Amino acid sequence: MSDLLTTDVLTALIAGGILAGVPLLFASLGEMVAERAGVLNIGLEGYMLIGAYFGFLVAYHGGNTFLGFLGGAAAGAAVSLIMVALCVQMGLDQIVVGIAITLVAEGATALIFDANFAESRPTLGATGRIDIPGLSQLPVVGGADTSDGSIFSQPPIVYIGLIIVALTAWTLRRTHWGLNIRAAGDKPSALDAAGVSVVATRAWATIFCGAMAGLGGAYLSITAAGLFEDFITQGRGFIAIVLAMLARGKALWVLIGSFVFGISLSISDVLQIAGVDISTDLVFMLPFVTVIVVLILFGRRSYLPAALALPYVRGAR
Amino acid sequence: MNEPIHNTTSRDHGPETIPVVELRGITKAFPGVLANDHIDLALRGGEVHCLLGENGAGKSTLMSILSGMVQPDEGDIRVHGEPTRLASPKRAIEMGIGMVYQHTTLVPTLTVLDNLMMGALGTFRLDEAGSRARLAEVAGMLGVDVDPDAETATLALGQQQQIEIIKALWRGSKVLILDEPTSMLTPRGVEELARALERLKGHGMAVVLITHKLHEATSMGDRVTVLKQGRVVGRLEPDELRGRSHDELQPVIVAMMFGEQEEAEPELVELQEHVVPVRGARELPREALLELVDVHVAPRGGELGVRGVDLSVRPGEILGIAGVDGNGQRELAEAIAGQRHVSSGEIRFQSLHIDRLSVWQRERMGLRYVSDDRMGEGTVAALPVGLNLVLKRIGQAPFWRRGSIRHAEIERNAREKIEEFAIRTPGPGTRIGTLSGGNIQKVVLARELAHEPKLVVYNKPTYGLDIVTTRTVRERIEALAAEGVSALVISTDLDELVALCDRIAVISRGRIAGIVENGAGAAQRVGELMVGGQAEVA
Repeated sequence: MSDLLTTDVLTALIAGGILAGVPLLFASLGEMVAERAGVLNIGLEGYMLIGAYFGFLVAYHGGNTFLGFLGGAAAGAAVSLIMVALCVQMGLDQIVVGIAITLVAEGATALIFDANFAESRPTLGATGRIDIPGLSQLPVVGGADTSDGSIFSQPPIVYIGLIIVALTAWTLRRTHWGLNIRAAGDKPSALDAAGVSVVATRAWATIFCGAMAGLGGAYLSITAAGLFEDFITQGRGFIAIVLAMLARGKALWVLIGSFVFGISLSISDVLQIAGVDISTDLVFMLPFVTVIVVLILFGRRSYLPAALALPYVRGAR
Repeated sequence: MNEPIHNTTSRDHGPETIPVVELRGITKAFPGVLANDHIDLALRGGEVHCLLGENGAGKSTLMSILSGMVQPDEGDIRVHGEPTRLASPKRAIEMGIGMVYQHTTLVPTLTVLDNLMMGALGTFRLDEAGSRARLAEVAGMLGVDVDPDAETATLALGQQQQIEIIKALWRGSKVLILDEPTSMLTPRGVEELARALERLKGHGMAVVLITHKLHEATSMGDRVTVLKQGRVVGRLEPDELRGRSHDELQPVIVAMMFGEQEEAEPELVELQEHVVPVRGARELPREALLELVDVHVAPRGGELGVRGVDLSVRPGEILGIAGVDGNGQRELAEAIAGQRHVSSGEIRFQSLHIDRLSVWQRERMGLRYVSDDRMGEGTVAALPVGLNLVLKRIGQAPFWRRGSIRHAEIERNAREKIEEFAIRTPGPGTRIGTLSGGNIQKVVLARELAHEPKLVVYNKPTYGLDIVTTRTVRERIEALAAEGVSALVISTDLDELVALCDRIAVISRGRIAGIVENGAGAAQRVGELMVGGQAEVA
């Protein structure tokens, strides 16, 4: 068992945690913002799937990963418009609509993918990485001696993700948009009385959520897998919802949570490096076992805005 | 609270000046109700204009129209003489109309400063430094002291209301509308409010005070407009108000409010204006029916909990629990009813320990609870009146037999209760959610008072009810007490407790601050205890 504590294993664990955590980071960041505005996006998994498919499609035909990410974000945002129209504007049940979005997205992406790529099943090439000068040359954590496990050598989207986290935290805390979003989830009537449109605030937060989840999905197909397959998200959207709830509306906690869950998702590779032989079925269960354990330990810590999932109707109490 | 607050500001703004806001012929109908029927109203700077009327008189609709929440069907609104359409709350704020709602519009999880910065336009970044300066300025104008970084939920209700007023003035309002601002305040809070309003008048603001309490209108108002059933039924001009005492004015206003009714009901007025307690000392058995010994209840998110309460209620006694909302009343009531665990201490009922008994067992012993949340935990909105009347007897004879429901029995019971409690409903099969608040409360009472009650805990039994229902509820509590059924009446309305109770306990920060025998001067002593408790917090 001493193999478990080698630098190779630790580096692989951290690097794997980052790689697997990025899609969770995007999706749960978006969900966290939408929840603070009072919209529960149970359809997060659906946004991710659509983002994964269209991201892959654009990257494949456009030949550019960045176009792919943009395409994924745009597709995710487009799907979230369903949520905006049905729930934010018309006040339908967010949970029912969310489940419908996930189910439709699952079926639709599988169907379109089969129709277009059933024979070819194309793959994308490996994405380039950006080294942080100096840090990536560090011997141990820098991973200078390993080929793809370096912590300071990551695909650009990872750095973009960190920038978005910082921007989101700043926006929530320091700007009017952020303040409007925080109020829309806890007491929409107060926001309305202050002359700000609750529907518009929630709509933008939901679209942001869709775009982020789409980006996370695109990351899965473009960077992590290099291909699209049916149900590629494998429940990550639901894990992201849990993460968003546990983060109590704080972007930093979203970041930490995503990394921890990223580690549990990537642990199978690490165990291989360490030479530990455990059934892969057990290893694949780990992220979900982690969800259960984390919920048992920290479930009380989760904070949900008072008006979450409640449609806002002016004058109704 | 009963002392008139003297108006010190000069009255240079005579009736000849243009009103800041003028309403002409405002009419608004809702399905089945004419809420406002050709109302004229002029609001002038440097004046407190009191809008007086019962629940349902149309005060709130009128104010919703002024604040841009509701559009009138007919009539015009002039701001500084210019015809204006107040199409949205935003527009009303732009036109200088600030509103303080009866229910808080502050976001409890945000800081005071965040709440005040909400909705400001133009900038993307929050202007924190500028907002702090503005807060100091407005707080100075009101003469209050405010911590900008306090989380709003941690503030006392009086302080929260000050923040609401600051918020309404934030963007330079010239008109300040306060909807029933005193309903949640301690007597001292009311005095502070009156002082703040005096200062605002000095700054030339037009203040509108909506109230249903006569003495507030006569003590704080420079001008009074009386509304009834959507119409203006009387006005008192400043020269009519000046120099006349409350006692002189009261009959005049009462005549306006009730004069047109075929049967003038003096008791109605008495309900409003309890200057003299009606309740004297009674002979009661000495042994306690309900006893609480050092009862603690653990708080749940944002609550205070109960922190060591000793109380005893004798058979047939009406014990009042006075205090500002949120000082542990609900926790205490739920602990007695069995809806919450007691973390330490003892509850004895008929000398038996009942701490471990379930709600159902306590209900069977004759211990009943009338919740203040009558729409939420009190009733199931989607179920018919008949079923709501037997909610606590599900599965039991005579309404159920061998597991199957007996509709005939439930309907018979419902008809009986509808008759007995004068519940206004189309029938036993009507969904209870469609009834008015007063009738829902009657259903709850009918259910809780059935099957031999021995002690009933009433949590704010008349809150939000119209005056007639309020009276019947209070009469029922008294009639039961006369038959030996004890009552624990939790209320934030001191007048109600003085009218009803044998003794009044004051709850503050989860503890009993003191118990006062009802009688002459009781209201004042209770008020002092409430204030004393508040002082501990601040």
